[in-house]
Amino acid sequence: MSEKVIVKNIIKIFGSKPKLALKKLQAGWSKEKILKHTGQTVGVNNISFSVTEGEFFVIMGLSGSGKSTLIRCLNLLTKPTSGEIIVDGENIVKYDKNQLRNFRQKKVAMVFQNFGLLTHRTVLANVEYGLEIRNVDKEERRKIAQAALESVGLKGWENKMPNELSGGMQQRVGLARALANDPDILLMDEPFSALDPLIRREMQLELLEIQSKLKKTIIFITHDINEAFRLGDRVVVMKDGEIVQQGTPEEILNHPSDGYIEDFVKSIDRTKVIQVKHIMQKPNALISLKDGVRMAIREMQENSISSVFVVDKNRVLEGIVTIDDCVEAVKNNHFSLKELLRHDYYQAHEDDYIENLLENATKSKYPIVVLDDDQRLLGIIVRTSILSGLLPNNNVNL
Amino acid sequence: MNTFPEFFQIDLGIYIEAFVNWLTLHFQGFFNILTTIIKWIVFNIQNIIGIIPWFLWILLIFLCGWKIKNWKSGLSYSLMIFLIGLLGLWNEMIFTLSIVITAVILSIIIGIPIGIYMSYHPRLETWIHPLLDGMQTMPSFVYLIPAMIFFGLGTVPAVFATIIYSTPPCIRLTNLAIKRVPKEMREAAYSFGSSRWQVLTKVELPQAMPTIMAGINQTTMMAMSMVVVSSMIGAKGLGENVLIAINRSDIAMGFNSGISIVFLAIIIDRMTQMISQKYDNI
Ligand SMILES: Nc1ncnc2c1ncn2[C@@H]1O[C@H](COP(=O)(O)OP(=O)(O)OP(=O)(O)O)[C@@H](O)[C@H]1O
Ligand SMILES: [Mg+2]
Repeated sequence: MSEKVIVKNIIKIFGSKPKLALKKLQAGWSKEKILKHTGQTVGVNNISFSVTEGEFFVIMGLSGSGKSTLIRCLNLLTKPTSGEIIVDGENIVKYDKNQLRNFRQKKVAMVFQNFGLLTHRTVLANVEYGLEIRNVDKEERRKIAQAALESVGLKGWENKMPNELSGGMQQRVGLARALANDPDILLMDEPFSALDPLIRREMQLELLEIQSKLKKTIIFITHDINEAFRLGDRVVVMKDGEIVQQGTPEEILNHPSDGYIEDFVKSIDRTKVIQVKHIMQKPNALISLKDGVRMAIREMQENSISSVFVVDKNRVLEGIVTIDDCVEAVKNNHFSLKELLRHDYYQAHEDDYIENLLENATKSKYPIVVLDDDQRLLGIIVRTSILSGLLPNNNVNL
Repeated sequence: MNTFPEFFQIDLGIYIEAFVNWLTLHFQGFFNILTTIIKWIVFNIQNIIGIIPWFLWILLIFLCGWKIKNWKSGLSYSLMIFLIGLLGLWNEMIFTLSIVITAVILSIIIGIPIGIYMSYHPRLETWIHPLLDGMQTMPSFVYLIPAMIFFGLGTVPAVFATIIYSTPPCIRLTNLAIKRVPKEMREAAYSFGSSRWQVLTKVELPQAMPTIMAGINQTTMMAMSMVVVSSMIGAKGLGENVLIAINRSDIAMGFNSGISIVFLAIIIDRMTQMISQKYDNI
């Protein structure tokens, strides 16, 4: 995969004398010292990273850590004081006015925290905005905008005004407006922070779905570690304008680089990040119907388990038998497994989050089965593996 | 009594006078062109207003009032304008109206761009603001003097003085409105690659419209209030009648023309106000 965006040593200093502050910064002054002596604020200090094409790249950090400053550098709403931003091999910081407009019209689109919708325009006219300023003709932009609205589930709302919509719907309009432009790169500055948790969840899922279809390069900002780990292929953690750690959610979760990240990771609700596929295991024993009761008993004894799953030759699940039933059957000279099959187990999908499993896990007498769409058995989850998956210091292969 | 020492006194006015004289001397051609333009506008507006027969006017006013509020307001406005006719002041009203409309149009043409420009250049604001304050608090009579010197007597200096007096609210509210456009909205527009002009016409002006309309309403009202004053330099219209009534101590005549001005002002005020409220609903 190719590098879509390369950010090299970006520094942004706010104030009237940025060059002076830059010199001091390069001379090794701390940001506090610079602020005190020159009155200049270092918003972002020497940041480098790269994003590959089609990647979901998340920038995370607490309030004031410079996330917005950084993402705004990527479409030059904020011009970096020094450093390079290479997009498709071109340094966009060097762009003149027309190149910049062209870049913004074609390559990037931004979704804003407070939506940034034009309240004097209808929903449809908002979504058309990007196309309108590119002089796309009326018919065509209407068609594109309508399709974009449909893709975010807002068909039928075209002629409403933005403030007639709920927050979640307004942000869908914001997203549709960005998508209508068909940019390579989507910049999203805390797009879901203003939404309530339930809506936020829904929007996250939808965004992932849209991403799996459209394969945009997404640079996404959040201060919520759960959101970051749930969405991001890779995550950058920022603090005071600098990068503290970058890596996949797994790397960060398992190897926090310092105490700051550790604290962050502790606050994560692991049930919302860890999926079934991360903790499921291959069953030690499996039997098929033709194996018979005796074989079933032997398998269970050898593996010291009290129940075993029964599958056919394609691993399609048929049911579960327990050791007690089998022993009872042998006593009564019944040797067919078929009558002993039970079906009161719980099942899960490998992409489920274990948050949704917890309740069933406590109720279930048997391990939870993980099935694919054709009812084939992929693995099982025993209660202890859920618990150990939740322990913060336990490495999980996310 | 203690008096201020005489040798300390200066006369600021003479410098202004010298400046005005200098202007008249060197910019005569310019003022002539202005005179022609203003005369032309007033003349045409007067013709347009005058070509519509009086009963149609009454009907129009009724319909407008009905459309923007309800039939009762429509009825009361048309009654007011009918009464002006009954008082024998119809022609005077048309003169007054054409001066006011000309002044307002020119005030808008001058005021809105200045207001926009100011909002893009905050430093400019620090000295334009006091200037605007001054223009509004200066007794309006004072403007008559340079207006008269530049343009002589009649309609044109009246329009000129009215413009100076009534432009400030238009500038002020345009400036305020543009500055109040939410930052994120403007940034969203820029982030899609809008040019400055596109941001202005597609985002800032539509967003600012309700406030700008309020400014235009104020401008119109101030222009109305200048009507009486400007009649002192020979502008025809309702103000002229007031002036004559004052000179003759003619209470009846003074009342007739006074009440006509009030009616006209009410109608214009309500109509422009309601237009601005219409915009507010977006
Ligand atoms: N236009 C500006 N002028 C001066 N200082 C600024 C400006 N924008 C941001 N800063 C400063 O830069 C630092 C980083 O701000 P930034 O908005 O990037 O943080 P953030 O991580 O996005 O925070 P939040 O989560 O609150 O949005 C802050 O100290 C802020 O005060
Ligand atoms: Mg921010």
